[in-house]
Amino acid sequence: MSKVLVVTSGKGGVGKTTSSASLGAALAKAGQNVVVVDFDVGLRNLDLVMGAERRVVFDLVNVVQGDAKLAQALIRDKRIETLSILPASQTRDKDALTEEGVERIIGELREKFDWIICDSPAGIEKGAMMAMRFADVAVVVTNPEISSVRDSDRIIGMLDSKTRHAETGGKLEKHLLLTRYDPARAARGEMLKVEDVLEILAIPLLGIVPESTEVLTASNLGCPVTLNNPESAPARAYVEAARRLLGEKVEVTTPVERRGLMSRLFGKKALA
Amino acid sequence: MSVLDFFIRKRSAPVARERLQLLLAHEHVLNGRSDLAALLQEEILAVISKHIKIDRDKVNVKLDRGAQVSTLEIDIEMPENVVAPD
Repeated sequence: MSKVLVVTSGKGGVGKTTSSASLGAALAKAGQNVVVVDFDVGLRNLDLVMGAERRVVFDLVNVVQGDAKLAQALIRDKRIETLSILPASQTRDKDALTEEGVERIIGELREKFDWIICDSPAGIEKGAMMAMRFADVAVVVTNPEISSVRDSDRIIGMLDSKTRHAETGGKLEKHLLLTRYDPARAARGEMLKVEDVLEILAIPLLGIVPESTEVLTASNLGCPVTLNNPESAPARAYVEAARRLLGEKVEVTTPVERRGLMSRLFGKKALA
Repeated sequence: MSVLDFFIRKRSAPVARERLQLLLAHEHVLNGRSDLAALLQEEILAVISKHIKIDRDKVNVKLDRGAQVSTLEIDIEMPENVVAPD
């Protein structure tokens, strides 16, 4: 049975697109048929993060409005056969998305894929509403920082009231993905701890992605971190999170970067 | 700033946590997701903290909604030596 998963946060810049791409790639590598849909109409970036920017011909708005067929707009990933993306339009705005149109496309995608990952735009306006509207599963991406936690709390309230499942008494699974976490700073009392964020937001933890230079390196190269450097700490965190989404019982830990002798001796700072 | 302050940097995370808890309790009421007990607990704690130093867990608020009668139980354990907050 297919699952519609929204990656959301309220606040911008916390790692929604990075997480959508990384989780999507990890699920696809596990043999699942996955499509990642960019809902950030007007500010599309998923194509860039996944290295498909030069292959975009048609987009989500074209399909919603009936100007292109779904198959024409889907872009198959060159590295993993079971991974596709559906890019957003760069020239339109979020009002181009209609609820009926989005519902129809989600329905078509459900027939082709096991996972439909909706990469939400920041904010709580129409684009974000459309991305979460038909979700079965929500991944709330949060940084251990007050404004991000507050916005996540707001988004959780919306997931509980504005989604189709919420309105019809269905079940929407919610998970917290804590990103850019620095265990050393948390231990020194300079950053909210995992337990603090969990207590405040009160939804189950899907994973902890540590702050790492690998994330920027991967986006520079247009390759999800789970594919670019599978042994890196953030990649392992995303792969474990994907396994939990698939129902495996994997204990949540904070993966740490393994450092070689040279970087230990000459490295500027410990990479947590 | 004393010499000691220079060596012991103030931990900012507990401050962040308290500010968030208070703020979100308020916002939940505004957005209709009210947890009245939590809100009362935060506000009572804030009022007491203005005058005496008290631990968070010494203030307990319990709200029981019954069919006939609802009860609000507020339990505040005073510290033995009352100290003014810093």
